[in-house]
Amino acid sequence: MELTRRAAMLTSAAIAASVNLPEAALAQETPRRGGVMTVHFATEQRILNPSLQASTGVYIVGGKIQEPLVDLDAAGNPAPCLAESWESSADGLTITFKLRQGVTWHDGRPFTSADVQFTAMEMWKKILNYGTAVQLFLEAVETPDAYTAVFKYSKPMPLGLLLRALPDLGYVSPKHIYEGTDIRQNPANTAPIGTGPFKFVQYERGQFIIAERNPNYWRPNLPYLDRVVWRVISDRSAAAAQMEAGQILYSPFSSLALSDLARLGRDPRFEVTTKGNEGNPRTNTLEFNFRNPILADIRVRKALAHAINIPFFIENFLSPEYAKLGTGPIPSVSTDFYPTTPMPQYPYDKAAAIRLLTEAGHRPGAGGVRFTLRLTPAPWGEDIGLFSTFIQQSLGEVGIRVEIVRLDAAGFLRTVYNDWNFDLATGWHQYRNDPAVSTTVWYRTGSPRGAPWTNQYGVADAEMDAIIDSAATELDPVRRKARYADFVRRGNSELLLWNPVEQLFLSAFSRKLRNHANTPRWGSSSWHDLWIAP
Amino acid sequence: MRILSLAGRRLAASLPSLLIILIGVFLLLQLAPGDTVDALLAQMGGGGDAATTAELRRFYGLDVSVPVQLGNYLWRLVRLDLGFSAIYGKPVSTVILERLPATLLLMSASLSFAFFFGLLFGVIAARRVNGWQDSVISTLGLLFYATPSFWFGLMAIVLFSVHLQWLPAGGMESIGEGFTGFTRVMDIASHFVLPTLTLGLIFLAIYLRIMRASMLEVLTLDFVRTARAKGLDETRIITRHVLRNAMLPMVTLIGLQAGTMLGGSVVVESVFSLPGLGRLAYEAVVQRDLNTLLGIVFISALLVIAVNFLVDLLYARLDPRIAREGS
Repeated sequence: MELTRRAAMLTSAAIAASVNLPEAALAQETPRRGGVMTVHFATEQRILNPSLQASTGVYIVGGKIQEPLVDLDAAGNPAPCLAESWESSADGLTITFKLRQGVTWHDGRPFTSADVQFTAMEMWKKILNYGTAVQLFLEAVETPDAYTAVFKYSKPMPLGLLLRALPDLGYVSPKHIYEGTDIRQNPANTAPIGTGPFKFVQYERGQFIIAERNPNYWRPNLPYLDRVVWRVISDRSAAAAQMEAGQILYSPFSSLALSDLARLGRDPRFEVTTKGNEGNPRTNTLEFNFRNPILADIRVRKALAHAINIPFFIENFLSPEYAKLGTGPIPSVSTDFYPTTPMPQYPYDKAAAIRLLTEAGHRPGAGGVRFTLRLTPAPWGEDIGLFSTFIQQSLGEVGIRVEIVRLDAAGFLRTVYNDWNFDLATGWHQYRNDPAVSTTVWYRTGSPRGAPWTNQYGVADAEMDAIIDSAATELDPVRRKARYADFVRRGNSELLLWNPVEQLFLSAFSRKLRNHANTPRWGSSSWHDLWIAP
Repeated sequence: MRILSLAGRRLAASLPSLLIILIGVFLLLQLAPGDTVDALLAQMGGGGDAATTAELRRFYGLDVSVPVQLGNYLWRLVRLDLGFSAIYGKPVSTVILERLPATLLLMSASLSFAFFFGLLFGVIAARRVNGWQDSVISTLGLLFYATPSFWFGLMAIVLFSVHLQWLPAGGMESIGEGFTGFTRVMDIASHFVLPTLTLGLIFLAIYLRIMRASMLEVLTLDFVRTARAKGLDETRIITRHVLRNAMLPMVTLIGLQAGTMLGGSVVVESVFSLPGLGRLAYEAVVQRDLNTLLGIVFISALLVIAVNFLVDLLYARLDPRIAREGS
């Protein structure tokens, strides 16, 4: 741990140094055509089609081959991609997309509104994770002509919500490939056919994926690159070595060890940055099992929060360059929804923690121990492991003994969200542009047992449910933002869940790359303008 | 030949143990919390609704009770069908066949490397026992044996790939170069140098110590003294009389370790990003892909049985007394 802490501090120095580089000088260079982009692919997925699975592991590959209706521009605003324009009816029940003309699939067939209709109804609404929730009230997609798709909803759909959801949940698949087949078993799931700048060539499991330039891409004279090669490297240290050996040019989403990221950040050949990851913020969570009577008492939950010194943790275990004090379930990078008024917080205050515990009737017993809790950390992310140890030691200081129960991914999800066999859990909450996509489900009651990252905590808060439901169908952007401020206030004051740390992923880039990290979801984006300097 | 019937009887006896192994692994994995759908949900990052999750469980055949799942599996196995892999979406037999070349290449290369040099250094150390050669060889052997293979592999990458840039840092062959024929063979060979050395050095250490000890033991036996008394020169005694007898423990060890190497190279495969069976098995456990894991266990068990059968035959060649025993 000592090593990681020191290394983390070095990262911050390295990142601070990289910010001062003369980026303007680079922007004046003329783009060079050709070259091969090589990417670190840490965790192999079962499928590569982003219309069927919404996760960064799929976008990092599928996002270059298939495209969404709407993408994000450099400032993080919805920008046209396969859809050129959109408008909503006044009642929010009809949303019309005008589609781009002259776009062809990689097999030569034209892209039309029929593809959008098929993908929306058969994939987004029925199979795509988070898509099924966002499109719950989608009744039909009408296609008055080949380049118009009209989405019909049975309840008002805020245009802003749909547009913020579509960059991730709006990838289109070809109808002629999937229609009449078993969608889950279609061979195109691992050999995707899209409209994107790169055409799928080959996937050798456990080794590599290759995609090559699409000569008929609709953006003229793009892409610059000849090919993209993803190398499957499961060992983090080996990936760092391959980066140094020049075999990979980009390692996305904090896939390397924190100590290696710090080392590479100091090396003039590499750039380690949070840039390009602003669209994928996450918060570290502390989840409480309300079925345990000790934790059902709000005084105890507040005491736990007061007992943990988050600024110290960020300063010494992570780095202020990519992590900061969390203030609630909506991270500060989400300017559209981040509350403008201060929300209830629980700053480090050991005396307050002890007072609250004593008030709640938990006096120190043998060895100064008030009670014992089991803490189950999620197995992904180095920071979660560090945080669980930090929680254990911090709570020990106020007389709470913590036993850490480590499980692998499947075991963690089953134990926490299905078997409810935990007291405390800690992991990540991934925020996806709009609180209605993947944030409110952590608080809303009614998720089926076993649904991961949802309210499986044995707590029902009627007021919270009412706030969430009204915000989800509120069409006025200003009132919508106010409702989500109510949501954060309610969540924080009842401390249904604690979001003490806010983080961005780190990317490691070779300094040869140009036009990289130029959008908030760059790792997932299509890389049509990426080029490599000699 | 008597040895054949002996080995045949061994072969028949290994069938029940194969069955016990398969059922054991199946039940053991049931004890791990979570199933392959949970693993998939973890990859997706959530957001799956109840209907989709239930459909997935049906799709992967997890909607029936454990005994029925086990029964289904064994019944398929009887028809030589290893089932469908949840992670890879294709038949398990195809998945394993794809991974077999890398595993076999790595295994045979490092075993032959370890066997050859273990033999050589073992003989040298035994002939110069307590001399400086013996000390150097024994110390190095101990060092290789004590070093964790992931560290060895990473250091080799740092030295030979990052700094010297002599050899590739990982992978099985150069991607997208379209090499054919001899160039391709050389390309693959260059990718296998470091993994082979990393995996082979540990086994080398074991073999050379076994060989040294067994040589020293055989050298004290009466027939060696007789050979010397006949006036044979030392090289002839070592190669014709001692080596053959001293090799029996080595052969036993190889028979035992062929199985370990098949599944035990997870670390080396991960460090060098090789698509082998070890990594496949590890992934299958993490992703709770029961069919794939059982398929690997089944194939590995078959290979171990086959190797042991060969070792039995080899014993008879090395030491004719074994074949004659009891007749």
